[in-house]
Amino acid sequence: MKIAFTINGRAQSVEIEDGNTPLLWVIRDQLNLKGTKFGCGKAACGACTILVDGEAVRCCSYAAKLAEGKQITTIEGLGTRAQPHPVQQAWIEEVVPQCGYCQPGFIMATAALLEKNPAPTDEDIDNNIVNVCRCGTYYRMRKAIHRAAALQAQQVAVNPKNQ
Amino acid sequence: MAQDKPRKKVSRRKFLVRAGLGTVGVMAIGTYVFRNPIRREVLEMAETLVPPYSGSGTSANLWFEVLEDNRVRLHSPKVEMGQGAFTGLAQIAADELDVAPGQIEVVAAATDSGVVDAMSTGGSLSIASLWQPLREMAATMREMLKNEAAKQLGADAGSLSTREGIVFSGEGSLTYAEIAAAATEWELPEVPELRAAAQYQYVGKPVQRVDLAPKVFGSPIFGLDAELPGMLHASIIRPEAVGAQLKSLDSKAAADMPGVVKIVELENAVGVVAESYPQALAACRKVKVEWDVPKRWAEEDIRSLLQVGKGDKMVTQKAGKAVSEEDGAVVSLSFTSPIGAHAQLEPNGALAHVEEGKATVVLSTQVVGITRNQVAEALGMKPEQVNVVPTYLGGGFGRRLNTAHAIEAALLSRAVGKPVKYMFTRQEEFQHDTFRPPTHHIVKARLGEDGLLDALEHHYASGDVAIGSLIMPSALHQVLGTDIGAMRGGNIMYDNIPNRRAVQWHTSLPFATSWWRSLGLLANTFAIESMVDEMAMRSGQHPADFRLAHISEEGAGARIKAVIREAVEKAGYSDEVQNGRAMGLAASIDTNSPCAHVVEVSVEAGEIKVHKVTCVLDCGLAVNPDQVRAQCEGSILMGMSAAMHEKMTLHKGELQPTIYGPYQMALMRHAPKEINVYLLQGAEVPLPVGEPPLGPIAAAIGNAVRRLTGQRLTDLPLRMG
Repeated sequence: MKIAFTINGRAQSVEIEDGNTPLLWVIRDQLNLKGTKFGCGKAACGACTILVDGEAVRCCSYAAKLAEGKQITTIEGLGTRAQPHPVQQAWIEEVVPQCGYCQPGFIMATAALLEKNPAPTDEDIDNNIVNVCRCGTYYRMRKAIHRAAALQAQQVAVNPKNQ
Repeated sequence: MAQDKPRKKVSRRKFLVRAGLGTVGVMAIGTYVFRNPIRREVLEMAETLVPPYSGSGTSANLWFEVLEDNRVRLHSPKVEMGQGAFTGLAQIAADELDVAPGQIEVVAAATDSGVVDAMSTGGSLSIASLWQPLREMAATMREMLKNEAAKQLGADAGSLSTREGIVFSGEGSLTYAEIAAAATEWELPEVPELRAAAQYQYVGKPVQRVDLAPKVFGSPIFGLDAELPGMLHASIIRPEAVGAQLKSLDSKAAADMPGVVKIVELENAVGVVAESYPQALAACRKVKVEWDVPKRWAEEDIRSLLQVGKGDKMVTQKAGKAVSEEDGAVVSLSFTSPIGAHAQLEPNGALAHVEEGKATVVLSTQVVGITRNQVAEALGMKPEQVNVVPTYLGGGFGRRLNTAHAIEAALLSRAVGKPVKYMFTRQEEFQHDTFRPPTHHIVKARLGEDGLLDALEHHYASGDVAIGSLIMPSALHQVLGTDIGAMRGGNIMYDNIPNRRAVQWHTSLPFATSWWRSLGLLANTFAIESMVDEMAMRSGQHPADFRLAHISEEGAGARIKAVIREAVEKAGYSDEVQNGRAMGLAASIDTNSPCAHVVEVSVEAGEIKVHKVTCVLDCGLAVNPDQVRAQCEGSILMGMSAAMHEKMTLHKGELQPTIYGPYQMALMRHAPKEINVYLLQGAEVPLPVGEPPLGPIAAAIGNAVRRLTGQRLTDLPLRMG
């Protein structure tokens, strides 16, 4: 079957044999966007978190056919090195990553959280950022999430259209 | 062990220029390292606990390339698995090479570069072991560039200076790339004198990690991101029960599944190769496999096998007299720790391409050279016919000190004649991990009339850590007769206690156990430091004063005492329960890096919560203080996770659980809101940092819980009774 969606701002159409194929493999292997990671295949770790219509989705357990007509954002489409997303900027400033494998998932989950809740409390972070990081970068991530919220607020203040 | 011999100088290397790299304007510099690697490893490890970089003997070792754009590429024999080694190595090289760290591109050396570390990336030794040889090589290269520039500029080499990749003279300047491009032959100088600490520009500074951008913007840098044209995908079916043997295989139904290319019987496993990974997974579900399960192991079986008093006994420390069983003054406590999984986020796997007379394997591994040799042997090739290309690792933690699955990927590739990428499923990861072995400890202590300990004994039972592992020279086991991995942290650092014993009981278990970050340190320190704190309470003494009284100024004693003093001072340690929180202290020394933690803990609705951790580590020279702190924070979190949440069990022969969630781990909500790390630099050289801070964390939490609730918790993971 053919499915069509928008990914990182580009219209995309892919041919898949089985509509129930996890979207993760379409993204990684058919579209060759390797920033979205395979961690567990059962939506238990969050390494594969992407945005589907602005919502955080663990795409290892999201049937590709459900992507039809959706707006998808992966880590590659969130920001660029020249124009990083506030979450990426904050991640760099706090020097968060160690091994780095889980980081795209955390960054996407944080981006989704800040969309809904531009100034999350520690409790909001605890309740919403539930991915797994084995290197134990949680302490810096929490600082980075607060920093990202502040950076985003500055951007909105400078250019209210961004809201 | 000989302590008095000075460390042998790593020297007698020659530099050479390698041509034919296929890139215009590249100067390649490498070395020959002449020595007997194995013998040297054993000796140096015994003497210093810091194994040297060990080259592959007589082949050319490519370390540096000067690139056309005047950047320098460093082929690192150590891989980057999160520990920040690439950043530290860039800083170290930059200071001798006179380039900015940003001008250095660090890559993990593929085996065809000749930089084959015969050991591993592990033991927290990447920076500590390369500190000397990397500076020597960088300094030598700088002098070679200057000498060559002197010829090209017609100037006296002594009058030249170097800065940011440029050689300056009164007459003009040349970039390193210009010098390299024009050079036809190189003079090989003696290794020059290395720079003094006061001259470091980059070492000692919190230089930003060199791998931040690829990790924040999602670049394809990991083993599982690798691709080759025409690549197929594979999954492997393995036994779910411990000790199960393949009895029968029926792959007919699976072979008809869409995309399936080939189903291959491997050693006690079945490989399914398909056009896509989902197809390989789907086909695996259709393969009918029967297993012989000689015994359905249960948790109790393991506990009865693994006990103090059972297995191979080895006294690892002995001073004074052993305490008597009948001595009523002796306090004895028993401690346990469970089977632990690595649970690194990037599953294992390998991309292999076997062709006529050669093979390439791309993977996340901590044992690059060993993996090459294993694959070569399995394919009947010579090691030099196999190129192992290590990538960035999505976590190591000791799991990737055994990457024999590279063999399976290679066999599958050979079977289909195409590149094959094999990936573990998460269930496979949890069932076929090389686990942290469970442990059992009995600690005995006796107070003298002065209120201080006059006897302390640590009896500890463990499964394999170092024994059975490929990376330890087997000669070392014969020499020492003990599992030196299980031994980490097992001996007692309180040298003022007149009667001390540490006794190891070793038993090999029916499933694979091996290296897990910090090895025996976490559980051993939990047992010893829980007991020491308990005795301080019973003696009515301040836990820091009590500890300090038992440590002499000999050896590392002064440094251990310094971290304890600093930790209680910075934390404002108090014995009093305040606002429902209590503090706990614990300390350890691992690989010559002493560490003390003070934690602040509450117990709410039966759940232990860690609010604040004050960590003091003596790491010697901190090449990158920010990344040393990051290692401390990470060790604290990983240690907390193991101490408070994680546990594998054996149920009807199967290791469970097999997925995150049921395998409970520390998440964001468990992370302390405050972690304050203080670094002492009690040595002029960098010491290991990646594991020592794991040591005291479990005991510190247990000690705080004891002071808060009166309960002495003796089993990991820590749960309120």
